[in-house]
Amino acid sequence: MRSLATSGMGAALLALATGFGLAGSGVGAAEEPRVIAVSAKRFEFSPKEITLKVGETVKLQLTTEDVTHGLFLKPLGIDEEIVPGKTTEVIVTPKAAGRYTTICDHFCGAGHGGMKMTIVVE
Amino acid sequence: MDRRKFLTVSGISLGVGALYTMAPRLAGDAEGAELARQLGRQNGERPVPFTVFQLSDTHVGWDGALGTKAFERAVEVVNGLTPGPDLVLFTGDLTHDTEAPGEHAARMKRFQEIAGRLKAPKVYHVPGEHDAGLDGGELYRSVFGPTFYSFDHKGFHFIALDNVSRAKPEVGAEQRAWLARDLARFPGTAPIVVFTHRPLFDLRPDWEWFTSDGDDVMNLLAPYQNVTVLYGHIHREHHQMAGHAAHYAARSLCFAFPDPQNTADKKAIPFDKAEPFKNLGIRQVQASAAGKGATLSVSEVSLDARELSGTEGFNQLLKSPAL
Repeated sequence: MRSLATSGMGAALLALATGFGLAGSGVGAAEEPRVIAVSAKRFEFSPKEITLKVGETVKLQLTTEDVTHGLFLKPLGIDEEIVPGKTTEVIVTPKAAGRYTTICDHFCGAGHGGMKMTIVVE
Repeated sequence: MDRRKFLTVSGISLGVGALYTMAPRLAGDAEGAELARQLGRQNGERPVPFTVFQLSDTHVGWDGALGTKAFERAVEVVNGLTPGPDLVLFTGDLTHDTEAPGEHAARMKRFQEIAGRLKAPKVYHVPGEHDAGLDGGELYRSVFGPTFYSFDHKGFHFIALDNVSRAKPEVGAEQRAWLARDLARFPGTAPIVVFTHRPLFDLRPDWEWFTSDGDDVMNLLAPYQNVTVLYGHIHREHHQMAGHAAHYAARSLCFAFPDPQNTADKKAIPFDKAEPFKNLGIRQVQASAAGKGATLSVSEVSLDARELSGTEGFNQLLKSPAL
């Protein structure tokens, strides 16, 4: 028996479903990137380490609990200011595996130099 | 004469800083004298020999074992030199930051007390992030003046650049525009010395040893054939050609960082009671009999005692076709 997916009736039903917004995910709809929330405060990032995959697009949502911080990692093209009262979003698609050290590059006080987050790309 | 050998540089690293001698080969050489006259006509001021001393990262107020002893001793050493330097340049992190009310201003005053003992005719400064990163440089400017500026000395054009006051490691568009206007007054042969705090190239970005618009700054300097950059921030000596310019870092006067090329973590090299000035740029340290501090046994290390060709050090190639 021919499946609905390949029969003419199946195609018609699919078109109808799509028109009504009933099509399931993966059928013509863009996938939302995985979201990872990162919070900054003097003098640490939380989480301290995140894991990504080569080729996977993720969205980092950056917030601060106190003052303005920065998030900088040249190999992954991350160079953002994290401003109080606002969520900063950055899209990242790693191209190479590795263990990367992201730093705060907005001078924030005595412990600024030790403020880091590790990004592991597998 | 080979124009490449026109400017010789002999350097003496006293460890606590770096001494640069900028010396056109003028004496007893008619061709050299003619070249100097032509250069003088081009630059507006004829180059004559003089010396510069660079001190960096004194971090007055930082709670280390030595306090300000290395800084104070460095001042004594500089004052004991004959001849003394024409200029002393401080390349940032004069003080260590603090948020205690009134304390940062007190540290800047303490810095000035110690630096004020220098017998050098002229002393110039640029801020480090610990001086100016938290308040946009407001307190620093009230004590030391502008964070970026330029001046001329005996045929050399000195440019102080601020890559810390914007809190991020960058010079910024406004200052780059000022730099472009400042440079426009000079011919391509003018000897230029840039002094700043952070490296203007990517030395170790994950240790924040970079300036994000450093390439833009160096592109503005690209038409100028005689460019040398002096900087601090990294608490160790370093010499690297980046682009067409030679970049020199001076050691700190409080603690040292490890070699960025073979070290994973940026951890301060521990203080060694037996050799308290070790890694603070003093190349040879002898422990005193009393065990306190160290007698400074200064080793003369020539940054470049021989004539150089090419574009290393201050012996920059003069390529003016007019010469």
